[in-house]
Amino acid sequence: MSFLTSFVNGLSLGSIYAIIALGYTMVYGIAKMLNFAHGDFIMVGSYIIFTFVSTLGLHPAVGVLVSIVLCTLLGVGTERIAYRPLRQAASPLAVLITAIGVSYLLENLALLIFGADTKSFTSIIPWSGITLAGGALRIQGVTIVTIALSVAILIALQFFVHRTKSGQAMLAVAQDKGAATLMGIDVNKTISLTFAIGSALAAVAGALLCSAYPSLTPYTGAMPGIKAFVAAVLGGIGSIPGAMIGGLVLGIVEILSRTYISSQLSDAIVFGILVVVLLVKPTGLLGKITQEKV
Amino acid sequence: MALLEVNNISVYYGMIQALKGITFHVEKGEIVALIGANGAGKTTTLHTVSGLLQPKSGEVRYKDVDITKIPGHRIVSMGMAHVPEGRRVFPDLTVEQNLRLGAYTRKDKAEIESTLETVYQRFPRLKERTRQVAGTLSGGEQQMLAMGRALMSHPDIILMDEPSMGLSPLLVGEIFDIIEAVHEDGVTVLLVEQNAKKALAIANRAYVLETGRITMEGTGRELLDNDDIRRAYLGDA
Repeated sequence: MSFLTSFVNGLSLGSIYAIIALGYTMVYGIAKMLNFAHGDFIMVGSYIIFTFVSTLGLHPAVGVLVSIVLCTLLGVGTERIAYRPLRQAASPLAVLITAIGVSYLLENLALLIFGADTKSFTSIIPWSGITLAGGALRIQGVTIVTIALSVAILIALQFFVHRTKSGQAMLAVAQDKGAATLMGIDVNKTISLTFAIGSALAAVAGALLCSAYPSLTPYTGAMPGIKAFVAAVLGGIGSIPGAMIGGLVLGIVEILSRTYISSQLSDAIVFGILVVVLLVKPTGLLGKITQEKV
Repeated sequence: MALLEVNNISVYYGMIQALKGITFHVEKGEIVALIGANGAGKTTTLHTVSGLLQPKSGEVRYKDVDITKIPGHRIVSMGMAHVPEGRRVFPDLTVEQNLRLGAYTRKDKAEIESTLETVYQRFPRLKERTRQVAGTLSGGEQQMLAMGRALMSHPDIILMDEPSMGLSPLLVGEIFDIIEAVHEDGVTVLLVEQNAKKALAIANRAYVLETGRITMEGTGRELLDNDDIRRAYLGDA
């Protein structure tokens, strides 16, 4: 496999990590919590698409749309039922442990409903792709769609956060919930909206991930979820462009090390990079040092 | 009917009782000061009035409406603004973004622009720094930003929590001048201050808070002349 092909594949995987990481980082930045069940929302979304498209035979676009809607409801509902009551809890660990609990709950529910066997996911993007450089470089349709979509999502999110009133409310809540309340911002509603966006993105990521790597199990979301978390931390957790860069770096490193070094070691290398970056720059690539001014 | 009436409120932090039945009122057009030592319950009182905290018992009435159970984010649009202790500006947003968030609950774009102009006239130093990130402002500038942000909601009453805290004497004077100017524009002021001398000098009336209770009240002048107050809060021997 040529370097360019690997690089493009890395870019594609990185784009998926980036879309997941965007959800992670927004929820962290605004609600100040790590939603460890975020990766499992991907899996739920993929099973929804699988059910509607492969089992019920509906059009892939319908499947994706239903998946986005249901994942959004799942995210908002999870926040409302499981996380919000713990937001004022004495220890921030309470909500973190709850998130891990939600993660196991979703995985085991999927196990119960769909079984442990691997489902073969039919790609929702039938386009076979393009051939460049006289056949030397083949780029799959799903790869192109993934990369384009992640860039579009990044631009849309940046516009939303910086140019709309709801986006400004999110930034205000991220920086100071109490002061945001004093401005008349409904903090609970803002956090719900953040979960809605993050979970909708998880559904999109699930559709892309399973189209590129078409085997679906109840644990499909777990590893990409953790990698996306690493990507968010690498880029500077809470930063939207940081999540994008972190995701791309992670995806490219993973695929290149799988191609040129060792497929067994690729994950170790990915996590090794995280350790090194955090040692050198604890706030991540684009993270800021938060300082209190008296 | 007073603009703001606080009737016998008790507030707890877990098991600890912070306010033990506080009653006071603010008439329209007044400057009322709450003075007292650290931990007396001044900030808790303001937080309860603006809905950030819920009292266990008692009632807060504003414009003759019981607002005790109304969540904090809905109180701003009723015409009450709160300048919190420690400024609490949004550090990563610019001066102008901070100010515009102050008008978050207002709909009329043209009126927001005209209020923004008024605020910039009142605080020319903010106008010089519209694009500067708030976290890089000096303490005095941040205080002005916090006050300007509160004025952006076009309030009838403004609650100010320790506006002079940590500022140089020169800036303290400037901040108090601004408070008086805002008051002259027709905004009622409820002022919490540790700088009792300055606060009593501009207040129509004042209440003294001690460990969760109001122990004394009177006009600013009366309290300034009171021997106990002079000893306890004004640093006279």
